[in-house]
Amino acid sequence: MTHADLVSALWALGRGTGVVALVLFTISIVLGIVARSGRRVPWLGRFGTSDLHRTAALTGTGLVVAHVGTLLFDPYAQLKLVDFVFPFLATYRPLWLGLGTMAVDLLAVVTIVSLLRQRVGPRVFRTVHWATYLLWPTALAHALGSGTDAGTAWFRGLAVVCIGLVTVAVGWRLSPSYADRGWLRHPRRTA
Amino acid sequence: MTARLHVDWTRCDGHGSCAELLPDVLAVDDFGFPVSRSGDRDPAVPRRSVDAARHAVRNCPLMALRLYDAAG
Amino acid sequence: MTTTTAPVLTRRLLDGTGADGAAHVARYGMLPRLRLDDLLRAVTESGLTGRGGAGFPTAIKVRAVAGGFRRPIVVGNAMEGEPLSSKDAVLLSRNPHLVLDGLEILARAMRAKRAVLAVGPDFDAAPVLAAARGRRLEVAQLEGGFVAGQETALVNQLDGRPAVPRDPFTRVTESGVDGRPTLVLNAETLAQLALVARYGAEWFRSAGTPEDAGTSLFTISGSVARPGVVEADRGSTLRDVLAPTQPVRPAAVLVGGYHGAWVPVSGLDVRLTQRELTAYGASVGAGVLHVLGSGSCPLSFAAGVVEYLAGESARQCGPCLNGLPRMAADLRRLAAGTRDASLPAEVERMSALVRGRGACAHPDGTVRFVASTLDVFRAHVTAHLEGWCPMTARSAS
Repeated sequence: MTHADLVSALWALGRGTGVVALVLFTISIVLGIVARSGRRVPWLGRFGTSDLHRTAALTGTGLVVAHVGTLLFDPYAQLKLVDFVFPFLATYRPLWLGLGTMAVDLLAVVTIVSLLRQRVGPRVFRTVHWATYLLWPTALAHALGSGTDAGTAWFRGLAVVCIGLVTVAVGWRLSPSYADRGWLRHPRRTA
Repeated sequence: MTARLHVDWTRCDGHGSCAELLPDVLAVDDFGFPVSRSGDRDPAVPRRSVDAARHAVRNCPLMALRLYDAAG
Repeated sequence: MTTTTAPVLTRRLLDGTGADGAAHVARYGMLPRLRLDDLLRAVTESGLTGRGGAGFPTAIKVRAVAGGFRRPIVVGNAMEGEPLSSKDAVLLSRNPHLVLDGLEILARAMRAKRAVLAVGPDFDAAPVLAAARGRRLEVAQLEGGFVAGQETALVNQLDGRPAVPRDPFTRVTESGVDGRPTLVLNAETLAQLALVARYGAEWFRSAGTPEDAGTSLFTISGSVARPGVVEADRGSTLRDVLAPTQPVRPAAVLVGGYHGAWVPVSGLDVRLTQRELTAYGASVGAGVLHVLGSGSCPLSFAAGVVEYLAGESARQCGPCLNGLPRMAADLRRLAAGTRDASLPAEVERMSALVRGRGACAHPDGTVRFVASTLDVFRAHVTAHLEGWCPMTARSAS
């Protein structure tokens, strides 16, 4: 394999991991909304929905680490280590890349707090978890703006499907019928 | 030593994963909240269900469950 | 010259001197300074139990908190959230110094970081504030409600959080206010302790019974000519305790307030002890005695009580928050003479569902009251299901 082939492969891997991570986060956010609803999903069950929500998110996070890793070593991307933490400093498409950096920052906070949720308690966990509603659109915008495949038909189609799924899920989340996990109850005093 | 499951009622929001994972220990009441089949406040978890109980504790979205060892 | 003779048998608590500190010392003697082990010995030998409702042996509670590593917090609970109770308010207006003495004695012996007397919002704090001057303790006037006097709810309020109970898994004797071991004692218990510290266990035990020593305050309300607070020996009969208030055509007595149980008029000679009251599913509790007159419908009264209790739920725990209103609605239908034979069974089903499923004893106490009502007034229930009320001798409405 030539040096050019290797670099090409890294570039493909970088883009591929990014796209799959986006899809996984889309699945995770939709499953998170389904889990919060308390509705029983056939075959999966409520616990299965929560488990899958978590698995999708963690797998996506792992892919983002790979995504960031391959791009760090890719000479064409010309990224420095600082670009992965502080947004908008890069030379290549700084705005869209900066969004990616912000998404990584948000993802790091959400992931760490989620893994430590037994220690930080339900209130802190819940508050930080709201940031996922900011994380997903940031990641999507980053993908659409800085991804090399963004102009292709298949990616545009994929993006439309993801946006559609999240919109429907969030719409349901905000509707009155979503409340009280599907039971006829008095609303509890929380915290 | 018996493993017992404690529900923190100030946190429980009647999500119901726990009752799915521990059908021999918990049922669901009229309002969707878990109810102990034995009537004990902190129901005993048989040894065969301890793994499922640990899964339930991790899975509870409100972190309302706790598994502990009690005498007898 | 000061006298320190012990007070007369049944006026130990109520013959206070109000806010007058000098008169207080003249009557009861100087504030004793006791080391922890001496105090514990006296309290243990006295057999003093809590006067706030649970009746837990005071020495055990003190020992549990004093044994902690960090300096503890001592709290006097005069919140008195039970609407039928006024003994703590009366005690604090008649004898604030004695209550504060108890708090100070404990705080000193236990090297407490803080000593607080907690009172409710409608309480006239003037006498106790006056009595607290110059003492190293705080008087906190807090938000009220039925549940606000519950031990962990009180601890939460003192921590600046909403006045709702905590998960009882972690006891406040281990971690309470400021995360410190916290001793919460009823105001009357503190006053009794102050007497034990002065006059000793043997004196304390000269009143009451061997199993349940000392005196106790009772709040009497309802169908009586002279409602109010009475001090009597522990183990007195219900009839004797009620006598000074002159009951008027009593049908039954609610022993233990809204979380209590009924003793029918045929049982008035029952001794107010744990052993004898068990037969009625009752306990002495905080000494709340409410007399139901012969012309009142017990089911109508009960429906009102459960409606109140449902409204006073802290609303944290699903079973209580949802189950109590259902029970209240069914009891109201029963009181209204609805001919639905399934009502009693449905109330019992919901009772079994809410019992033990909450962070505090609110649902359990409600269930006890409801079960006692349906049991003691069984004939009444039958009549109501047929559409008429025996007590009011007309169609139920």
